[in-house]
Amino acid sequence: MTDSVQPGGGRSDLWRPNRSKSKRDELIVKFLFGACALLSIVTTAGILYTLLIETIKFFRQVPFTDFFFDTQWTPLFTDPQYGIFVLVSATFLTAFIGLLVAVPLGILAAVCLSEYAPRSVRAWLKPALEILAGVPSVVFGYFALLFVTPFLRTVMPFLGLQTFNGLSAGLVLGISILPIVASLSEDAIYAVPNSLRQASYAVGATKRETIINVVLKAALSGIVAAVILGVSRAVGETMIVTLAAGQNPTLTLDPRVAIQTMTSFIVQVAGGDVAVGTLKYDTLFAVGTSLFLITLSLNVFSFWFVRRFQEKYE
Amino acid sequence: MQSNTSSTTIDTDVTFRVENTDYYYGSFLAVKGVNFDVPARKITALIGPSGCGKSTVLRCFNRLNDLIPGAHINGKIYFDGEDLYSPRVDPTELRRRVGMVFQKSNPFPKSIYENIAFGARINGYRGNMDELVEQSLRGAALWDEVKDKLSESGLSISGGQQQRLCIARAIAIEPEVLLMDEPCSALDPISTLQIEDLMQELKTNFTIVIVTHNMQQAARISDNTAFFNARQTDKGGKQGYLVEYASTETIFNDPAQQATRDYVSGRFG
Repeated sequence: MTDSVQPGGGRSDLWRPNRSKSKRDELIVKFLFGACALLSIVTTAGILYTLLIETIKFFRQVPFTDFFFDTQWTPLFTDPQYGIFVLVSATFLTAFIGLLVAVPLGILAAVCLSEYAPRSVRAWLKPALEILAGVPSVVFGYFALLFVTPFLRTVMPFLGLQTFNGLSAGLVLGISILPIVASLSEDAIYAVPNSLRQASYAVGATKRETIINVVLKAALSGIVAAVILGVSRAVGETMIVTLAAGQNPTLTLDPRVAIQTMTSFIVQVAGGDVAVGTLKYDTLFAVGTSLFLITLSLNVFSFWFVRRFQEKYE
Repeated sequence: MQSNTSSTTIDTDVTFRVENTDYYYGSFLAVKGVNFDVPARKITALIGPSGCGKSTVLRCFNRLNDLIPGAHINGKIYFDGEDLYSPRVDPTELRRRVGMVFQKSNPFPKSIYENIAFGARINGYRGNMDELVEQSLRGAALWDEVKDKLSESGLSISGGQQQRLCIARAIAIEPEVLLMDEPCSALDPISTLQIEDLMQELKTNFTIVIVTHNMQQAARISDNTAFFNARQTDKGGKQGYLVEYASTETIFNDPAQQATRDYVSGRFG
């Protein structure tokens, strides 16, 4: 090989035969990237480990049946009861109200941005919408407590809203997840190939018929993923519900009264002085694990849904 | 629209008449000074090198170019004797009468059945939908291949089948004209032949205008051929124009223009 003339007629002695340096660099880069990827997995595993260890300790003292079937949540009382559904119902109530706000508004905003707004308007309107996501959640919380609740009480006194209530918290929660729902839905709608819109117009469809029957249908998997991500956010959101919904664990679906969500409970206890190793301390982790399992299953469902219903276009 | 025919001198066997038409995108003159007649129930092919504006010309026949901001024409295009760009013409209604098949098959993300039924439904079709779906799929020579999986996604079938589904979708709304924008360019030779055979059958009922890059295809299937070419403008853009329009036989065997002769003999483009 060394003496022979290369196929291209080049002189082999001018060329490094096996590019050993490039190969070494390649290896280093591969290792670095691998390490970065591994770090996030290790962190997740670490969090999971901590949660599970303490959760197991919790369930050594509190039976599963109590955890799932008690109708009271009073872990800090002398006669503690651990009905997790008191907190779960509050979490789902506020998240549900939030969705009632965020889903219709988010999807309509997304349709407006991608289908109706001129490109120049979209160019600044979409970032403006995303700025809403940058508002600190504690500000949203104050907004709910000090503006929305008094406003609702003035405008609709017949509701009989308490100072802390699920309704204001849920409404503002909806506004806080609106940007993520709108922005991701908009991405999904924008990604629908133009050839589909043209096909629809070509059979005589109007713009509205095209959007409802073709574009939204084609973007459905992306929109559902956006909504589920919004639900995950709403379920895990902490400051708004802590400030506006109260600290009163009640098993109810009444949006007018003070309730306590899973996250609010964690704030309440973690903010107090709970001794490490006590049952109260372990309770934190049991609630944390439950919360984690809820958001995890939402994400898994979203992943499955997108895989199942995503259309492949060329 | 038919009633107006008597008031003009246009032959009823002419589906489209293009008179001195310039095609613009904003202030950019894309195709200049086009004149030709598209005869009814024949296949008219538009050929020419890339950027000569043949798709632009095609997409004005169903006013699909209205969707592009700034696209407009200067001149007159008549459809069955009526001004296509008259304010009285509703583009959505026009597109029911002038169907279109695109370069890349683009079935809706719906079932095969719904792909056909959608257009009929939004256009207020009152007949039997099952019959219409079957008749359209038969018309596109696809029925036997998909009759047992009408509820499956339109995207689940092969590329050639998808393109025939798009043809079925286009003929389902019973248009008078079929516009085809390079309908075979993404297909293998066998699927291409199937579609070409299909076009020969369809032309007994439909006026067909086809844009094609494939000169052999134009020679095989069309009755008339319009050859477009492009020239460089001072600003560096390309401007299309119609070089020659005649029967396909003339264009391929005895064209009047040297440019046409060079193009059809494969010397450029």
